[in-house]
Amino acid sequence: MGNVIRGKVLVAGEGQGQLLVSNEPLSFWGGYDHQTGEIIDRRHPLSGTIASGRVLAIPHTVGSSTTTAVLLESIRAGTAPAAILVNDTDSFLALASIVADELYGRPIAVISLTQNQFASLRSGAVAKVAADGTVAIE
Amino acid sequence: MDLSAHDRALLSGELGPAAKTAMSILVRMGEIQNAPSLLDISQAHIDSTIYMGEAGLEFAERLASYGAKVVVPTSLNVSGLDECHWREWPVPEDWANKAQRQMRAYQSMGCVPTWTCAPYQTSMAPKFGQQIAWGESNAIVFANSVIGARTERYPDLLDICAAITGRVPAVGLHLTENRAGQLLIRLNNVPLAVQQDDSFYPVLGILLGRLAGNRIPVIDGLEARPKEDQLKALGAAAASSGAVALFHIVGVTPEAPILNDAFQGRSPHETHTIDMDELRRTRRELTTTPEAQLDMVVLGSPHFSLAEFRELAPLVSGKCRHRDVQFLITTSRIMSAQAREAGLLKPIEDFGARLTVDTCILATPMLPKSIRVLMTNSGKYAHYTPGLLAAQVVFGTMQDCVRSAVEGRVARDESLWEM
Repeated sequence: MGNVIRGKVLVAGEGQGQLLVSNEPLSFWGGYDHQTGEIIDRRHPLSGTIASGRVLAIPHTVGSSTTTAVLLESIRAGTAPAAILVNDTDSFLALASIVADELYGRPIAVISLTQNQFASLRSGAVAKVAADGTVAIE
Repeated sequence: MDLSAHDRALLSGELGPAAKTAMSILVRMGEIQNAPSLLDISQAHIDSTIYMGEAGLEFAERLASYGAKVVVPTSLNVSGLDECHWREWPVPEDWANKAQRQMRAYQSMGCVPTWTCAPYQTSMAPKFGQQIAWGESNAIVFANSVIGARTERYPDLLDICAAITGRVPAVGLHLTENRAGQLLIRLNNVPLAVQQDDSFYPVLGILLGRLAGNRIPVIDGLEARPKEDQLKALGAAAASSGAVALFHIVGVTPEAPILNDAFQGRSPHETHTIDMDELRRTRRELTTTPEAQLDMVVLGSPHFSLAEFRELAPLVSGKCRHRDVQFLITTSRIMSAQAREAGLLKPIEDFGARLTVDTCILATPMLPKSIRVLMTNSGKYAHYTPGLLAAQVVFGTMQDCVRSAVEGRVARDESLWEM
C-alpha cells in the first residue's frame, strides 16, 4: 500500500520519479553537476548518484548563493530532479524554479514537508508529486 | 502581501518590463516566505555575475534588453572571466565570449564593476544597521556579522531583482527580532596561540557551518582579538559547509557585546562545546590526500586583501618557488592595483607567483587538467575544490603554503595543532 502526504507548495509543479533522500543539506554549486545531474559534493552521502529525473529530498540547501543559478541551468538543460522535497522554506531552490517559470514556463515542483513527513521518506520508492503539494509514494 | 502604490506600479509594468519581471519574482518569493510587505534597501551586491551556462546568461540579457537599471548603489561579485589574463590559461574562447557578455549585461544596468567576492573591503562596504540585499555567501555573512548591516541570504537572480526595484520581502535578517542567536558554541581549552593563528578561523568556520546548518550560532569564549581577514575566513568557511548568514562572537561582533545581547535575552536552543579534538578532526578533513606531491598553491578565497598582500610579501621576499609548483593569488583588479601601488607585488612576482583578478579558480575554467593537487590556506577553496575541480586539496597556513611552494612538496608545521 502506498502512502500519501500533503506538503506545503513552495512552487507548484508536477513530477514523478524514484526518491533520492538524504538528511544532509546540499549546496548545488560545487554539489550538483548541471551538465549531468550528478551529485558531486565528495563529502556528501549522495556523492556520485544521478539526481536527474528523480525526486530529490534534502532538508535544505547550504553554501553558495550560486545554488539557484545551478538549479536553473539544470532545469534548462533537462538534468534537474523531477521534483524537490525539503523540510524548510528553502528560498534558493524555490527561486530557481520561479525563474525557470518566468523564463521558460517550466517550473519544477518544490514542496516543503514537516519534519515527520520528511523522516518518513525512503530512497528508492517511487514518488508522484502533484500540483497541490500532494506526494504519493508507492 | 501588502504592496505599496509604488510596488503595484512596478508590478503592473508601468515602469517598464524589467521592473515588472523583477517585482513579479520578488512578490512570488515574498509570498513563499509569508512576508507581510516589502521594505526598502539602499545597496545591493550581485552574485548573478558568475557565468555558468545559457540560462544565467539568458536571464541577464533578457533584463538588459528590457532596459533594466539598478536604483541603489550596486557592486558586482566575481565574474566568470579574468578579462586581463584569461588568454594565459586554457579558458575556452566560447566560455570567454559568453562570460564577457554576462559581465556587460550587468554593467549595462548601472552596477559598479567591482568584480569581487569581498565587496566589504572596498569603498562600497555598507554601514551598521543598513538594509541591503547582498548575494555571495561569504559577503552576506561578513556584512551581517562583522559590520552589522542587514541582509537576507540572497540567492543569485534575486539579488538583481532587489537592485532593480530597491525592494525586498520584509523577512528574516532584515528584522531585529530574527537576528538573535539560536545555537551557543563554547570554546573549551583552545590555547590562545591556536586562537591567534590564521588557520584556526577557516577550521572553526567549517565546523561552525556543519553544527549550525541554517541557524544563527553564537561563539563564546574567544580570548583572541581576531583580525578582519580572520573573520572573513571564518565566515566564508561557515557559509560553505553550512547556510550561515549571521554569526555572533561575544565581545567581538557588533551585535554581541555580551552573551545576553547576542541572544536578545532569550535562551539558546542548544549548546555545543568545541575542543581541540574536534578542531583537529575538522582540520584533517579539509585535506583530501596524504601525498606530499603538489601542483599549485592558490591563495585568495575570498579575494586577497591589501592586508594579506602585506603579510605575504615579506614571506616570499628573496625566495623563489619550485619550478614544478605554480603559485596563484586570486584578487580583484582594485586590490591588485592598490598592492602594486604599495610596492607589494614586486617581491610576489619575483617569487614566481601569478595573479588572477575579478574571478577565481572555481568560477572560471582556467586550470589545466595537469593541476591535480592544490594547496591553500582558504577553507572555502578547500571545501569546494574536490567537487568543482575534481582535484585533491591540502589545507595549510600561508606560511605552510609558501614553504611547500619553495620545497616543491607539502610541508606543514603541525606544532600548533599538536599542543
